[in-house]
Amino acid sequence: MKLDSKIPEGPLAEKWTRHKFNLKLVNPANKRKYDVIVVGTGLAGASAAASLGELGYNVKAFCFQDSPRRAHSIAAQGGINAAKNYQNDGDSVFRLFYDTIKGGDYRSREGNVYRLAETSVNIIDQCVAQGVPFAREYGGLLANRSFGGAQVSRTFYARGQTGQQLLLGAYGALNRQIANGKVKMYTRTEMLDVVVIDGKARGIITRDLTTGKIEAHSAHVVLLCTGGYSNVFYLSTSAKGSNATAIWRAHKKGAFFGNPCFTQIHPTCIPVTGTHQSKLTLMSESLRNDGRVWVPKKAMPGLKSKDAINLPETERDYFLERKYPSFGNLVPRDVASRNAKQVCDEGRGVGSGLAVFLDFTDAIKRDGESVIRAKYGNLFDMYQQITGENPYKGPMMIYPAVHYTMGGLWVDYNLMTSVPGLFALGECNFSDHGANRLGASALMQGLADGYFVIPFTVGDYLANIGWNDKIGTDHPAFKEAIDGVNERVNKLLTIKGNKTVDEFHRQLGLTMWDYCGMSRTEEGLKKAKKIIQDLQAEFWTNVNVLGSSNELNQELEKAGRVADFLELGELMIDDALNRSESCGGHFREESQTPEGEALRKDDDFAYVAAWEYQGDGQPEVLHKEELKFENVKLTQRSYK
Amino acid sequence: MKITLKVWRQKNKESKGAFKTYVHNHVSSDMSFLEMLDVLNDELIRKNEEPIAFDHDCREGICGMCSLYINGHPHGPVQTTACQLHMRSFKDGETITIEPWRAKPFPVIKDLIVDRTSFERIQQAGGYVSVNTGGVPDANAIPISKNLAEEAFDAAACIGCGACVAACKNASAMLFVSAKVSQFALLPQGQVERKARVEKMVAQMDAEGFGSCTNTYACEAECPKGIKVTNIARMNREYLSAMVSSHKIESKGGGD
Repeated sequence: MKLDSKIPEGPLAEKWTRHKFNLKLVNPANKRKYDVIVVGTGLAGASAAASLGELGYNVKAFCFQDSPRRAHSIAAQGGINAAKNYQNDGDSVFRLFYDTIKGGDYRSREGNVYRLAETSVNIIDQCVAQGVPFAREYGGLLANRSFGGAQVSRTFYARGQTGQQLLLGAYGALNRQIANGKVKMYTRTEMLDVVVIDGKARGIITRDLTTGKIEAHSAHVVLLCTGGYSNVFYLSTSAKGSNATAIWRAHKKGAFFGNPCFTQIHPTCIPVTGTHQSKLTLMSESLRNDGRVWVPKKAMPGLKSKDAINLPETERDYFLERKYPSFGNLVPRDVASRNAKQVCDEGRGVGSGLAVFLDFTDAIKRDGESVIRAKYGNLFDMYQQITGENPYKGPMMIYPAVHYTMGGLWVDYNLMTSVPGLFALGECNFSDHGANRLGASALMQGLADGYFVIPFTVGDYLANIGWNDKIGTDHPAFKEAIDGVNERVNKLLTIKGNKTVDEFHRQLGLTMWDYCGMSRTEEGLKKAKKIIQDLQAEFWTNVNVLGSSNELNQELEKAGRVADFLELGELMIDDALNRSESCGGHFREESQTPEGEALRKDDDFAYVAAWEYQGDGQPEVLHKEELKFENVKLTQRSYK
Repeated sequence: MKITLKVWRQKNKESKGAFKTYVHNHVSSDMSFLEMLDVLNDELIRKNEEPIAFDHDCREGICGMCSLYINGHPHGPVQTTACQLHMRSFKDGETITIEPWRAKPFPVIKDLIVDRTSFERIQQAGGYVSVNTGGVPDANAIPISKNLAEEAFDAAACIGCGACVAACKNASAMLFVSAKVSQFALLPQGQVERKARVEKMVAQMDAEGFGSCTNTYACEAECPKGIKVTNIARMNREYLSAMVSSHKIESKGGGD
């Protein structure tokens, strides 16, 4: 199969406008004849479900939480980028496009990224109209800040809770359509399979998490908006429930998986305290604007914050400032993370050994505690709440953690996967961030996809197939899919082995973190592949899941998700093995510059790796979508 | 640390629950409260005993999913969410009682998990500004004073966890409802539907069976996000004003 990205012809700035005109429309009176399924209700899902409901389609929306408002978009802190140029500081759609392409280390599509930058301005308008309380200046207009090392101030924010406020805006829009009867909402419901008949997505199979009831739902199109797969690593900044089951089931039904090894590691997270650790908490990287990162020059195992304040300057190594004099502590996320790992690998980590200091002493001396409190008060409070230590009195300890997955289901320009009728939006698709996502761009992409792309492109698909092209749940394929789901559930419950689900998950996570995390080698990846294959085999013979299928059973939910993570983890390793270059967040030790920076190999790897499932135990087939750059020149990143 | 736990166990909505006592010997002061439960659950599974069901998701204090009533306080002794509560807030040897939210409109589903869909229906009744996607003015066409925006934000910070209801002896949802009503009553975007919104949301709140507010302020004292009772006062004014000028207009439809 040849991958067709369906990027429209024409000049970059006109592609989306032309494309929209060329898309077919559904007659307003016919919209009510179409059924749409939306899985996941974060920024992408809630905005898509609401917008499609407003247009008149019949929408069924699903989330595993008890309310759409709890999707993990809610936890995003920093902000949302938009090329409004309200600050008159030289921003433009083209500059946001350029920064995003470059930040992604030239592994994303020009056409998609330009559209993202173009629609970013509409998002802010939409959210303000909904009553999202963005930060404002005294004159009443919207405030902006510079974020993630950007040279312009284009980030809109709502204190440290931007994701929460944007999601509550989309949740309100969704609620309005639920009240209008255009969206039927299924909470505490998990998608366990997608039904594909004669090559087209026709519906999904779900499990009611309260009663255990397995149900079939049919529709003309299925939209997956189910977020990222960072929880493959067990410890990540994702929510405990965040999972890859929907996209992995879709992958096994024919949807190609794009760039699975592209994961983002965030440098400023709170370090692990012990084996009980269940998740990691991120603190906004805005902290690096004023905090200085350091470790002792000589190893001082177990060094604590309260002792560190007395360590003379001459015995400290401000390693980011030393290695990157011009960017200093503000180097991109991947560079900051890798360097923290490196100094800890050298034995110079502090606290547990897997931590570095983030020190505000100089900033407090310079600006006064009240200024620092005004800027970062909520983050300092959060740090103190979690660690029990006062960051005004001694340096914070931080360590990198998995935060975002740039990879995801392969989609074309219309956000349709390789299965017709199956779309993927937001973090669960691979499309816009290349090998590395810029800060404040995840919220932008989720809402761009849901509010401003999918209403057009889904309409085109529906107009082309026609409203009478729908298959009901009485079709044997639905029955077959239900049987498959039931069989899997029952199998998990009857193994009754000796290991808990979490034990498998932790082992998988540690393996992925050690060999497929911040720094990867061919040898390590091959070793990890073997470990994971063994874990997969052991899982299906030795996991212990108690309880039954016809009740609320959280262990059963976890078991199904971990089984999928185990398979996805292996594909991530295959992809990391195949891509023997370094780019963005993907660092292959074999491919680095003499200074130890990531070295891209554009001649060999300027493509999207799209993986096709071939059946259990079979190696997946790699398809390459060549990336063409007509508007930007590929350069090597340098932060010296 | 060693902790004794008295935990509410209830098989499902229909069955009668009871407290069960567990001695937990493997508690570290660095654990979050939920991690302490994770470790206990892991031990229970190894003994082939069914683990304790409790709601949780983000574990960062923002999603509002966790809902434990700990030693007589929603989210426990510290004014935060249960997921942000750490075991260093307890003493070695202490006995801790854990219950689900107790309120008629929040029926128990299993163990410590309750059904909060009543909150959903209140939000669906009017907790939004009715704008469709697209066709909205430029974001800076609506200037809003910084103070007003901040005040609206304070109300908008509600995470919808339901601690206010659990804290209230009447199981009143006034703090939750008034937070959303206030956000939009303060902002210019909310003015057009201001009266209809408060009427519809209050009507739904009453229909769900939440109790009345008797000004004990327990809700504010327990709210993990510091939502102020002044929002309740504002909602009362909004409601009164809406009822005085009852504005109900039935759409006639049609038109040419």
